[in-house]
Amino acid sequence: MSPELKTQITGIDPEKIRIDFPILGRKVHNKPLVYFDNAATTQKPQVVIDALVNYYTGLNSNVHRGVHYLSQQATVAFEEVRQKIQRFVNARFSHEIIYTRGCTESINLVAASWGRANIGPGDEILISGMEHHSNIVPWQMLCEEKGAALKVCPLHPDGSLDMQAYADMLGEKTRMVAITHISNTLGTVNPVKEITRMAHEKGITVLIDGAQALSHMKVDVQDIGCDFYAFSAHKVYGPMGIGGLYGREEVLNAMPPYQGGGEMIKNVTFEKTLYNELPFKFEAGTPNVGDVIGFGAAIDYISGIGLDQIGAWEHELLAYATEKLSADPLVRIIGTAPGKASLISFLINGIHPYDAGTIIDHMGIAVRTGTHCTQPLMDSLGISGTIRASFAFYNTKQEIDRLMEAIDKVKEFFL
Amino acid sequence: MKIEETTSAIVSEFENFDDWMDKYNYLIELGKSLPLIDEKYKVEANLIQGCQSRVWLHAEFDGNLIYFTADSDAVITKGIANLLIRSFSGQTPQDILDSSTDFLNDIGLTEHLSPTRSNGMLSMIKQIKMYALAFKTKAAMGN
Repeated sequence: MSPELKTQITGIDPEKIRIDFPILGRKVHNKPLVYFDNAATTQKPQVVIDALVNYYTGLNSNVHRGVHYLSQQATVAFEEVRQKIQRFVNARFSHEIIYTRGCTESINLVAASWGRANIGPGDEILISGMEHHSNIVPWQMLCEEKGAALKVCPLHPDGSLDMQAYADMLGEKTRMVAITHISNTLGTVNPVKEITRMAHEKGITVLIDGAQALSHMKVDVQDIGCDFYAFSAHKVYGPMGIGGLYGREEVLNAMPPYQGGGEMIKNVTFEKTLYNELPFKFEAGTPNVGDVIGFGAAIDYISGIGLDQIGAWEHELLAYATEKLSADPLVRIIGTAPGKASLISFLINGIHPYDAGTIIDHMGIAVRTGTHCTQPLMDSLGISGTIRASFAFYNTKQEIDRLMEAIDKVKEFFL
Repeated sequence: MKIEETTSAIVSEFENFDDWMDKYNYLIELGKSLPLIDEKYKVEANLIQGCQSRVWLHAEFDGNLIYFTADSDAVITKGIANLLIRSFSGQTPQDILDSSTDFLNDIGLTEHLSPTRSNGMLSMIKQIKMYALAFKTKAAMGN
């Protein structure tokens, strides 16, 4: 079904949607797959898989260089996706979108390039207690190199950001605020517009880690006002290994390049190299053209369905799962901030998440167990990990019922 | 008993199970019956850090044989530790170094061998072999 037809559907019919995702038809451990690990990566619709195949079947060539037909066609397709992403996140210009390998590389790019030029001894970088390792370690490395300090804004017990503490921590020495839009472990949606406004009032640069957000809600980088917004395609139904960094034109222009190589240069002599303009200044080497085109297909696909519709159905799933899990006296939900995104972390009293996850897996259900790459958050909560079910718009309430049956099975095994 | 005799006995035990549920029930039983490690050995230095569950492994060498004790915060991991201890504890460093861990594939625990699972099983095996090598070297130097 084409994306155009989908716009006529009011409300999400997951049974129809599921047909678009071939992997959802497979079995795991001889049981129909229930895929609840969407916060780790989302599955890919056939249109994305087709876009990849079609690119390598009929369009593959290097971009921006050749005068030959294929190279020009590939370049056009590659740059069209940049404009598509620009519209998707509502950036002012398409050259404010830098292609990267994913959200992690986007944050590393900012830490390396912006950090090199703007961070010095005694400066402070402010993150939050719910950050993914990707939004901790690059800053730690920068702080070590520059003699700067990493500060961590605490959370309330429900998993929401302590905004009073945040206000207090924005100090004279703070140069960068790097905070996630949505917590991959707790589901907390942070007030990123407010966070940005408060930082900007003090002249502090803001990066938002959007890895978890793009698939669930309409993201408008101009409305948020942030200087950087990092994201991955594979969490938005696109291919792995491709993502992007939105950066405000003025900020990007003032930054030194990230990596050196082809594509990012205007003119090279052995004495001096003139760097290319945005966005190419930050895109050294042959880019991942095929996956960019796959990302474009993913954006078309979910835009066709509509993020409002997607968000509404996912919230219905979250409400249903929360109701079911809350009814179980042995289940403890971790992260209860109001207005959460569609993921739910929980523990079953007396059962290690690894033990529970192993049995749930054998029931054909893919959940994530462990620390979810947020070890400091786990430490602060005093737990060694959680079981996490994260929902996408192709999930159903029947699948949540199967999770509840699996939890009963876990209890039979261990209690 | 030689290591291979123990491991083939383990393989035979697991062959009796028709489905995964019986197999895991047995592993859980083994986990619960793992002789507890002396609390004084549940220290940072004995901790094998996995992504999902924590495992403590302690080794003692009497000059001839190595004795292992272990614990984990996850029961399935404890069950696996039990199998490893049953196979390798009370053996000489050389026998441990020469032994194969293929039996873990044969009993269908390959999913726990995947490095991405990081449940400590691979690290446990590696640590057991490391202890064997260290004690072998120590014994050789003592001579």
